[in-house]
Amino acid sequence: MLEIILFSLLNGILYGLLLFMLSSGLTLIFSMMGVLNFAHASFYMLGAYFAYTLGMHTGFWPALILAPILVGVVGSVVERFGLRRVHANGHVAELLFTFGLAYVIDELVQLTWGTVAVPYREPEYLREPLFTLFGTDYSIFRGVVILISILMFVALWYLLKKTRVGMMIRAALTHGAMVGHLGHNVPRLFMLVFGFGCALAGLAGVIGGPLLATEPGMAATLGPIVFVVVVVGGMGSLPGAFYASLLIGLLQTFFVAIDASIADILGIFGLQIDPYGEVARITLANLAPMTPFILLVLILIFRPRGLMGELEP
Amino acid sequence: MSDDMTATMIRSNNRFSLRGLVPWLVFAAVLLILPFIFTDGFSFTLMNAIGINIVFALSYNMLLGQGGMLSFGHAVFFGLGSYAAMHAMIAIDDASYAGEGFWAHVPVVVMPLIGMIGGGLVALILGWPFCRRAGTAFAMITLGLGEMIAAAGQMFPSVFGGEAGIYGNRMVGPQWFGLELAQAADVYWFIAFWTFAAVLAMWAFTRTPLGRMSNAVRDNPDRMQFIGYQPRNIRFLVFIASGSFGGLAGGMAAVNYEIITPESLGLIPSGLALLMAAVGGLGVFYGPIVGAVLVTLMNSLLSDYSDASILYVGLIFLAIVMFAPRGLGGGIEHVRTAYREGHLARRLPGWLGGAVAVLLIALGLIIAIELMFAGHGGGDTVNVFGMQFQAGGITGWLAAVAALVIGVLVMRATKKNREVNA
Repeated sequence: MLEIILFSLLNGILYGLLLFMLSSGLTLIFSMMGVLNFAHASFYMLGAYFAYTLGMHTGFWPALILAPILVGVVGSVVERFGLRRVHANGHVAELLFTFGLAYVIDELVQLTWGTVAVPYREPEYLREPLFTLFGTDYSIFRGVVILISILMFVALWYLLKKTRVGMMIRAALTHGAMVGHLGHNVPRLFMLVFGFGCALAGLAGVIGGPLLATEPGMAATLGPIVFVVVVVGGMGSLPGAFYASLLIGLLQTFFVAIDASIADILGIFGLQIDPYGEVARITLANLAPMTPFILLVLILIFRPRGLMGELEP
Repeated sequence: MSDDMTATMIRSNNRFSLRGLVPWLVFAAVLLILPFIFTDGFSFTLMNAIGINIVFALSYNMLLGQGGMLSFGHAVFFGLGSYAAMHAMIAIDDASYAGEGFWAHVPVVVMPLIGMIGGGLVALILGWPFCRRAGTAFAMITLGLGEMIAAAGQMFPSVFGGEAGIYGNRMVGPQWFGLELAQAADVYWFIAFWTFAAVLAMWAFTRTPLGRMSNAVRDNPDRMQFIGYQPRNIRFLVFIASGSFGGLAGGMAAVNYEIITPESLGLIPSGLALLMAAVGGLGVFYGPIVGAVLVTLMNSLLSDYSDASILYVGLIFLAIVMFAPRGLGGGIEHVRTAYREGHLARRLPGWLGGAVAVLLIALGLIIAIELMFAGHGGGDTVNVFGMQFQAGGITGWLAAVAALVIGVLVMRATKKNREVNA
């Protein structure tokens, strides 16, 4: 029991950090440009595939740096030549554009790398156990992923709070027009932030690819969950996205780990029902894929502005 | 979009007129003549799919085009309506063995009504918390709803049939109008009738006060509130109406395909509705019809010729969002307005030049894409509209670049014509 709890905790935090790496970029882009990037998870997928292809030539570590940069460049190009053009037609047009982009990226990935998963794995020596608890190994790679995530968050925090660019970004979040009047190039800032957010998603893909699976469906699996994180955390709130990521990460991991059916749980409270009924038979593990969306509906009913959001969406 | 709306408002103020009947007569005539032109089974399958998609896309446009609510979960209503109709069909099947009971007297041809009730009920139950805001929040909520229902679909096999879905048989119960519904040709008449009825009903909806108010809520919800209408109530009513017609399309699909799987509740069919409506044009009533015909044809015909067929659909969608946000229907309206005002002859050269340029650029892109992905499954040669190119050779790339460059040059050269006359 303790073993399950400990490992679920570790894996849940790992998954939550991965979610935050995706949702932080999405939140930055949203709070700055007001556009919810529907293709964000597609950039995550691109990150994994780029790292796979680059990794065959350069090895894992250079790919870890190069693939996110490449994804960031793709994102900047998309912003400069696509999104900026659509911007004049309003937010719905922007959302439609990113939706179409996700569609096209998914197709391009399938055409380039095929419709089945590619064998993208971490290097052999990272698969060694970092420590062994209760007879179960925890690989070095998972430790490395946690380390990279934490390093990235510190870097993000430093960039936003302590540097001049970060100051401009924070200013442009609330007073975009004023920053423009002061002579800063706000459209270029938008392009950089969009590219940076996409690069973060790409980084998540590089380390998420070996953890989950590098296949064409990976964007469609994670994409809706990332949107749920952003809405649950409160649209545009980075701390909110952080807490929501961890919450959803832990919830989903614990639900997968607990193999109790609804009948079992009701049994704990002294309610005896037919354990083979259609509803009673459902286990919490079955419910795991639904937990983010159940949370979304609950949040929308009881707290529509999200955990830390300042305004109602 | 709003100019367009005022124009339709003014025109629609004159009451019933014979001119207004003409499009409907043409539509009915097309539906009647089509089965005598295309008589093979494949065409019937395709036409039936198009009919279903027309209703689906139009019901989606009630939300997005007319109500300003961008939904990523419209397939929930389509799918649940379809499930409702399928269960009703199974009930008819069971009842007709016994020969008694309510379902024994219900013909299969009214299944779309069951789907409509199903879709409407689902929207009625789920819709209220979602209709508080339009825009991004609504989009995210409907996305979550769609994913949740799709996941739930896998969880209750007795209702949704698990991965394999549930089957039915349409040749049961009493027959109406001698329609046996045995072959695709029989089903065509069923689909044609319901397509016509649903399109007419949805057009009528746009003329009701509620339809007009949904346009107003789209354009300026604050002002609506000042006048004394709750935007949320209006959104909710439109949501229910749209869900009902989505369910109607689902009911048609249940009879046509005789199978329904939980996949049809998910994001992919929801995205298809959005794709069809946006390609056809959100601001024009008949836009989604054009979009549904085009996208369905492309989806089913192109896959014979190219591996990248879905990519082309996506690229067309992107191009329309970027360069022609009013869609194909908006373009048609442009030409019609110019014709009515007598400007057509003056504006035509610029437009034709633009069209030629677009076709050339598209040709260049097609050659480039086909060459790029020639290694996957295709042979050594790439065939683009009868032109043969070696997959590894330079001629293909030269042709692609030439088409692109000439296309851009034509676009530049004719730009003046379009601007001066604008």
